[in-house]
Amino acid sequence: MTRPDIATLAVGDTIGKRTVAFDRAALVRYAGASGDFNPIHWNDKFAESVGLPGVIAHGMLTMGTVVGVVADWAGDPGAVVDYQTRFTKPVEVPNPGTASIEVTGTIGVIDAEAGTVRVDLAVTVDGAKVLGRTQVLVRL
Amino acid sequence: MANADFEGRAYPANAPYSVGREKIREFASAVGAMHPAHHDLVAARGSGYPDLVAPPTFAVIVAQRAESQYISDPEAQIDFSRVVHADERFTHHRPIVAGDELTTVLHVDRIVSRGPISMVTTRCEIFALPAGAEAPDPEADAPGEPVATVTSTLAIRGEDA
Repeated sequence: MTRPDIATLAVGDTIGKRTVAFDRAALVRYAGASGDFNPIHWNDKFAESVGLPGVIAHGMLTMGTVVGVVADWAGDPGAVVDYQTRFTKPVEVPNPGTASIEVTGTIGVIDAEAGTVRVDLAVTVDGAKVLGRTQVLVRL
Repeated sequence: MANADFEGRAYPANAPYSVGREKIREFASAVGAMHPAHHDLVAARGSGYPDLVAPPTFAVIVAQRAESQYISDPEAQIDFSRVVHADERFTHHRPIVAGDELTTVLHVDRIVSRGPISMVTTRCEIFALPAGAEAPDPEADAPGEPVATVTSTLAIRGEDA
């Protein structure tokens, strides 16, 4: 996989777009892989008892998944040197069914001298933003 | 309400987390990261890494393990069932690779309570132990090579929020 040439990029360029679907199995798999067994991510009764509409995805599952659009574009997952987000709205995951997360990456800042590019991610479910100020700094 | 006395506290470097190849593969699959450098040793080495490379948010495993020193302390007064994750940031000083032995120094940077909501910001400074070391050297200036800084804010809702 080849890295993008920083000289050919412009602020505002779209670097990629994708839709990912989370079902309950994806949440259980992430719980096991990450060690985050908070029952709000797998137990409806528990989730409702703490005021949630039902089981929600781990914010870190959403954060960990959507950065893939940047890692794939950069051609090297180790090129991501800084990555931040705010969790603005929980992602409800129906049972049965899936929550569909739409991700678009846009170039926000180019620093040719440092050889870095900041990619801003827009992350929505049914048109509503679920992550805020999601910024990925990539060294090209 | 979170106990404000914990603000500014730093914990000693904790017992190391051993980064394994199968954990990297398992975590990468769970977040849909199919780049061969996470899964295939030949591909990872071909990309210049000494071993399989971890996905960008893998350090959350190491960070949450360190954060539990604080969050599960009854004196910290954090009711985990009323916790919502507010924000997260990873700064990588170098990529995490299989074979790393990672120790973490946890800092409680900020505790702010407004009405029934407390906001707690922690910072995990993650270091790789020197090759062959099995535990952080308490005499050393730093426990190892800086690998990542993970900053996390939790919002804790009070009983009536």
